[in-house]
Amino acid sequence: MSELAFFIDYSRCIGCRACVQACEECDTHRGQSMIHLETIERRDTVQTAPQMCMHCEDPVCARVCPADAIKQTPDGVTQSSLKPRCIGCANCVMACPFGVPKYEASIDQMMKCDYCFDRTSIGKKPMCATVCPSQALTFTTREEIERTRRGRPINEWRFGNEVVRTKVFVLVPPATTQVDVGLGDLVQIRAGKKASHVRPVAKDDVAALLEDLP
Amino acid sequence: MAKLPTSVPLLVDRFGPHTHTIPPGGWTSAEEPDRTVKTHCCFCGQQCGIQLKVKDNKVVGFEPWQDFPFNLGKLCPKGVKRYLQGDHPDRLLTPLERVQGEGFRRIDWNKALDRTAEAIRRIQQEHGHDAFAVLTGASLTNEKAYLMGKFARVALRTANIDYNGRLCMVSAAAASKKILGYDRAANPWSDIRKSKCILVAGANVAECAPITTEYLWSAREAGAKIIVLDPRMTPIARTVDLYIPVRSGGDIGIFNGMLHVMIERGWIDRDFIAKHTTGFEEVERAVRKYTPEYASKIAGVPASMIVRAAEMWGPAESSFLLHSRGIEHHTKGVENCMAAINLVVATGRIGREGSGYAMITGQGNGQGAREQGQKCDQLPGHRDIENPEHREHMANVWGVLESSIPHKGLSALEIFEAAHARKIRGMILLSFNPMVSLPDQRFIREAIERLEFFAVIDFFLSETARFADIVFPGSLMEEDEGTTTSAEGRVVHHRQVVDPPGEARQDWKIICDLATRLGPKDKFAFASPKEIFDELRQASRGGASDYYGITWEKIDEQKGVFWPCPELDHPGTPRLYEGGRFAHPDGKAHFQAVEWRPAAEEPDEEYPITLTSGRVVAHYLSGNQTRRIGALVKQTPQPYCEMHPRLAEKLSVAEGDFVRVESRRGSTTLRALIVKTIRPDHVFVPYHWPLERSVNNCTIRAIDPVSKIPEFKICAVRVAKAAPPSDDHVKLAPEAGGLR
Repeated sequence: MSELAFFIDYSRCIGCRACVQACEECDTHRGQSMIHLETIERRDTVQTAPQMCMHCEDPVCARVCPADAIKQTPDGVTQSSLKPRCIGCANCVMACPFGVPKYEASIDQMMKCDYCFDRTSIGKKPMCATVCPSQALTFTTREEIERTRRGRPINEWRFGNEVVRTKVFVLVPPATTQVDVGLGDLVQIRAGKKASHVRPVAKDDVAALLEDLP
Repeated sequence: MAKLPTSVPLLVDRFGPHTHTIPPGGWTSAEEPDRTVKTHCCFCGQQCGIQLKVKDNKVVGFEPWQDFPFNLGKLCPKGVKRYLQGDHPDRLLTPLERVQGEGFRRIDWNKALDRTAEAIRRIQQEHGHDAFAVLTGASLTNEKAYLMGKFARVALRTANIDYNGRLCMVSAAAASKKILGYDRAANPWSDIRKSKCILVAGANVAECAPITTEYLWSAREAGAKIIVLDPRMTPIARTVDLYIPVRSGGDIGIFNGMLHVMIERGWIDRDFIAKHTTGFEEVERAVRKYTPEYASKIAGVPASMIVRAAEMWGPAESSFLLHSRGIEHHTKGVENCMAAINLVVATGRIGREGSGYAMITGQGNGQGAREQGQKCDQLPGHRDIENPEHREHMANVWGVLESSIPHKGLSALEIFEAAHARKIRGMILLSFNPMVSLPDQRFIREAIERLEFFAVIDFFLSETARFADIVFPGSLMEEDEGTTTSAEGRVVHHRQVVDPPGEARQDWKIICDLATRLGPKDKFAFASPKEIFDELRQASRGGASDYYGITWEKIDEQKGVFWPCPELDHPGTPRLYEGGRFAHPDGKAHFQAVEWRPAAEEPDEEYPITLTSGRVVAHYLSGNQTRRIGALVKQTPQPYCEMHPRLAEKLSVAEGDFVRVESRRGSTTLRALIVKTIRPDHVFVPYHWPLERSVNNCTIRAIDPVSKIPEFKICAVRVAKAAPPSDDHVKLAPEAGGLR
C-alpha cells in the first residue's frame, strides 16, 4: 500500500466552497483560508476549480525567493514562508505557475497552503479534502484512486519548455499523461488578447440545448 | 394586535441579523478545547455527523467526524460554519414583550408564560378551540415535534396545528404513500452507489444536499448513467450523461413520455407488474397519447431528449430515482412525484441493492418531524387523524378520551388564510419564519397583523418574531438533546453540547410550562427529552413509522437506526419493499395514472416570464440562522435574478444591473446575474432573504389539493431594468434585507 496522497478531480467540483470555509478552520492558520475556488466564467458555465498548493518537487517559489524563506520538508511539502525571513517581495507570487501564493499586506508576508502539515504529519487528512462533499479533493492512496476512479492521476505539467512535477495529483482522462498548459496562450493573455483555449463553453448553454425545439 | 412595534431598521439595529465572524475566544480558541462532542449538523435533511469543540461552555469550532457512515467527515460550508450560530450577539437571552412605538422590553418568565396562557384561554373561550393555532417546524427534534402535536391536541385541543414541512416534501410524502405505502426514502443512500442508472428530477443536489453528490459521482465512476431534469444547469447537471432542461411544471411530459417509449419498446417488467402491483392498465392508457412529440410540447424540450432518457432508464440493470422540491413545489406536486415513481415500479427495480427510490428531504428533521404528529392530518407514527382505530390508540397513550382529540385541521398556508379571514385569532409559533418563507408575502403580513395574540419561541428575533406580542428565548440544536430522522430514514442522536445562554430555555421546557398552565399537569410532566422519546416510542408503536424498538443507546451503538423498528431486538430497516412487498394492506404497489395539467399561473402576454425560486448552498431555509453567520453571508450576501443572455438582451439588461421582478402579487428589485445555464424563458431568484428582497413577494398563494404544498416553482412575472431602489430598507446590510 502506497502512502496517502492528494488528488484533485475538477470534473467533480460543485463550487460549494466547503474547502475554502474549512481551510479557514485549520489550526495553523485559523481565520485565513489558503485555498482558492475559481469560478471559471460564470456567464458561460457553472464549472469551478479548487486550487490548493500543488507542492512542486522542485518548487519555483522557493527557487526565486531571495530571502530563502520558503522551505520544503523532507517528505516534499513546500511550506508557507517563514515569518522571520520573508521580506514580502512577492517574487513567489509572480513565479508560481499555478498562481497559488498570496502576499498578505497586513502581515507583510507570503502565505499559502502547507498541505495541512499539522494534520497530515500525524496521519490525518487535510481539512479541505476531509470535508469536500463531492470528493473533488481527495486524500487517499493511489491504489484506492485507481480502484474507484475512471480518471488517471497525473502530476506532470508542461509550461512551454519547462516540465514541473508536483506532489499533488490531478485526475485527467485516461489517455492523458501530462498537462500541457501551452505557454503561447499564456503569453497571449499577458498581451491582453483572448487566449484560444478560453472559449465560451457552448455545451453549457441551455439555449443551445433547446435549439432543436420545433 | 400583532404588528411591528417600531421601524425595521431600529429592530435590525438591536436584534440583527448581524453577522458573527469570529469564534468565541478568538481564532486560537479551538486549539485546546475542553471537550469534543459527536453530534449532527442541523442545516439540512442529510444530518451529517460532526464533532463540535467546546471551551468554557461555548462552541468554538468543529472537527470532522470521519466514522459517521453517512458522510464520513464530509461537510458543506454550512456544516463547517454552523458552530458560529452559538455565542451570537443577536441571541435572545430573556423573554420579551412588545411595547408599541418602542420595540421590545424584557419580561419575567412567569409573566410571559402567564400572559400567553391567559391570551390562549380568552381566545379559545370566545371563539372556540380552533381559533388558536400552533405553527411549528421541521427543524425540530422528533421529541419536540411529538411534544408540539400533543401540546396542540391535548393541552389546547385545537385542530389547527401544522408545520413548515408543508413547504418542503409533503408532495413526495403523499405520492410515495399512495403508490408504495410508506412515506420514506425506499432505500439507504448506499444503494445509490450501486445503481447503473440514476434519474435526478428537480433536485439541485450540489447546493441543497451537497454530500449526496459524492454518492452520485461514485455511481458514475462505477459506470452508472445519470439523467438530470432541471430548468437550470445546476453544478451536477454540467457533467452528467443526459441533462434535460425541462421547463418548470413540464416534468410529467418527461415521465409519461419516457414510460410511453418504455412500453413501446418492451422495457417494462410485466411479470413484476402482474405479481406485485395494481392499476397499471390505467397508467398504460394514460401514457398512450404521450408520444415523444406530444410530451416534448409539455416539457418544453426536444423529443429526442425524452427518447434518450427512456433508452437509458428503460433497459438499465439497476436504477435509482431521486427527486426533491423541483418537482414537488407545484399545485400538481403530488402528481409530478407519482408520474416519476410510476417509472420505478413499472421496471420492478425497487427493494433491492442498487435499485429503488428516494425523495431528498430538505429540512433538518424533514423526515422525522412529519412522523410524530405535528401535521394537521396526522397523529404520531404516521397515523391518520380521521381513522377511529388510530385515534383510539393515541387516546390510550395520552390518557384522554378519543372524542377529545381534535379532527383534521388546516394546513400551514390555510392557517394564515384563516387568520386573514379572522377565523383564527391567536397563534404560537416555533421554528418557522413565514415572513420569509411563505408565498405572497403581503397577504401573509396582513394575516399576521390581524392576530389578536401572537407568541413566538425562537433563539433569534426572526422577521416573523418582530410581530409577536411575546417572544420566548428558545434553544439551538446544540443546547438540547434529542433525535432526528435523516433523509435516509435513519434516526440519529443529537447530543447536548452546551447549555442555553442567559435566561434562554430548551424549547420542550417552554412548551411543558405553558401546557401545565393550560391543561392537565400530569400529561406534560417530562423531566427530559429522553422521557418524551420513550412516550413517542409507545405512540408510534404499530404505526407505519414504528420507533418502538429504537433506543438512544441503540442509535449510538449502530450509528443510527432506520425505522420501522418494531421490537427492541430488531436492527431497523434500511431498505424497504424487499421482495416486492409493498406497505399497502394488499402488499402491492398501487400505480397512479397521471395526466398533465397547467400550473395555477402560466406566463401570458402581461406577465410573460416563468419565475422559479430555490436555494443556494450557503443558506438554510429562511436564513434566520445562516444570515447571521459571517462566512456564509460573505459567500452569498444577497439574492439576485438569474437570467439567460438572450433574455437579458431582449430586456436591455447588463450584468449587475438592477432589475424589478414583478408578479400580480408584488415585486422584488435586485441585481441581474446573466448566465447561459438557465432556460431563456425562465428567471431564478433564491428565497432566503426578507422584505423588499423576498422572491416570495412575487410567488403565488396556490397549493396542491392533496399535499397543500405551495407552488414556489412556477408563477408568471415580468422583468424590467430598474433604477437603484430607494425603499426604506435598501440601506440595511444585505443579510437584513438591504442591497449592495
